[in-house]
Amino acid sequence: MPSDYRRIRYLTRRGFNGKPLVWAGISFAGMLITWDLLARFSGWSAQVFPGPIPVFVSMGELIADGTLLRHTVASLFRITVGFYLAVLLGLPLGIFLGRHKTFNDLFNPIVQFLKPISPIAWIPLAMLWFGIGDKPAIFLIFLSSFFPLVVSTAISVSSINPVFFQVAANFNFSRLEIISKIIIPAITPATITAFRISLAIAWLVVVAAEMIAVPSGLGYLILDSRNALRMDYVMAGMIVIGVIGLLLDFIMRRLGQLESTCWYHFEHRQ
Amino acid sequence: MGHILVDSISKEYPNRRKQARWGNGSGSPSSGILPVLSNINLEVGDGEMVCILGPSGCGKSTLLRIIAGFETPTTGSVLIDGQLVVRPSSDNIFVFQSNGLLPWMTVWENVELGVRKLPDLRSRERKVAEQIEIVELEGFEHHYPYQLSGGMQRRAELARALAINPNVMIMDEPFSGLDFLTHMKMREEVVNMHIFTGKTTLVVTHDIDDALIMGDRIVVLGVCPAQVRLNLRLDFPRPRDFQKLPELNKLRQQIFLMQGVTYAV
Ligand SMILES: Nc1ncnc2c1ncn2[C@@H]1O[C@H](COP(=O)(O)OP(=O)(O)OP(=O)(O)O)[C@@H](O)[C@H]1O
Ligand SMILES: [Mg+2]
Repeated sequence: MPSDYRRIRYLTRRGFNGKPLVWAGISFAGMLITWDLLARFSGWSAQVFPGPIPVFVSMGELIADGTLLRHTVASLFRITVGFYLAVLLGLPLGIFLGRHKTFNDLFNPIVQFLKPISPIAWIPLAMLWFGIGDKPAIFLIFLSSFFPLVVSTAISVSSINPVFFQVAANFNFSRLEIISKIIIPAITPATITAFRISLAIAWLVVVAAEMIAVPSGLGYLILDSRNALRMDYVMAGMIVIGVIGLLLDFIMRRLGQLESTCWYHFEHRQ
Repeated sequence: MGHILVDSISKEYPNRRKQARWGNGSGSPSSGILPVLSNINLEVGDGEMVCILGPSGCGKSTLLRIIAGFETPTTGSVLIDGQLVVRPSSDNIFVFQSNGLLPWMTVWENVELGVRKLPDLRSRERKVAEQIEIVELEGFEHHYPYQLSGGMQRRAELARALAINPNVMIMDEPFSGLDFLTHMKMREEVVNMHIFTGKTTLVVTHDIDDALIMGDRIVVLGVCPAQVRLNLRLDFPRPRDFQKLPELNKLRQQIFLMQGVTYAV
């Protein structure tokens, strides 16, 4: 009971009463109308600048023949594998670096140096090393998420209140208990935010990677349609990319509102 | 169980600021060192409640952290029941000056930390419920620390410390940051708990009245580097009242004078 009450109160505090959805609807409708008017009166041909109606019709075609689904699944598969790999390797490394200052000082310069190199710049090497197909794309997504995750995990681990580790020592916590009862819950809220940010970057990267390194996926769909001069398909692909990006962000946002992170929002509200 | 012997402890911290300002070589040879405790001797009997007083920054928390095993003394040693203290242990529980409850756990989960090693689930639950009842937090078991008031958080922490059934309780300013009435109630609670459990208890406080009302023994430390300036057994009956105990009142005036306050009201 109290937890339900808390969740409801939490959501209302955040103003979750349907109103933002109404505003979102209005702004999307406005965008569609503007787009339609521009397409009609710009004087550009429908081949160069298709309006919303032909684009949605073409999207219907792509859905009907299964192309869109196939490419979407391909992209989602790559981002999932790459992202999981980054989490699986990045979180433990980040925790380790956050706990051992010397290693952090040793490692941090390298990570900081590699972080600003756009994953796109790795495409030539990735193709040379992994050929054409899923592997280079997954590698690029991994790269794009791995470094930000390591850095943010290390920072949040090293900023855990030292009193909690003293409590752990006082209550004879084992190493495993220190990780499961102190470190993981303490960094969960910040880590979910980090997931959200790196997933957004990964989604940007997957499309770019598919334009070069793989003959499938939403990025490939866009590139292929451009070669066929089908701007309506290009735009349909862009819309799907945008919608999926929104969905991913929405899921991560919901994760950030789990009860296990309420304490954090409370402490950081002031 | 719970006899503490503090044997000629000294503690020095490296003093970074001084080093940076004077560089190496110049100044006295000890310029890079900040002595905090110098030659502290203290014996605490089994079941005694000892209140430690001293000016701010004199090293009270440092002394407690050494006794609890969080820090090692530069020289000297601490023995608890004849055992040398080298690391923290669940035999002597430290109640922290700032909040030590784990914020991602409910009151129940926090208190359960002390008994999590018990194999039997039923007895574990009974123990936790019992401690929560002692500190009168029934009904708040499933609240998170941020949903409790400051006084309730302290009581929850007290319950967690009691649940593990330690030989020694070490409290660093358990009443700081509480309003006047909560402070009085918590003080009563700690005294009652001490009478009830008979555990050796060390309490650091900066409130002279707290020390005189609570302690079986009162220890006053001097300015940094701290030395024991007064170590006195208080054999007054509880509850104590300054009005009815002129001797206690005289002692109060003396200690105020010692701390540099001439007219204590
Ligand atoms: N880790 C540390 N490194 C260096 N100096 C320290 C450290 N911890 C404490 N000190 C110094 O030791 C002295 C005593 O600190 P301590 O926290 O023990 O004081 P205290 O008596 O508890 O004060 P208060 O009543 O304000 O809590 C202070 O001068 C402080 O600057
Ligand atoms: Mg202190």
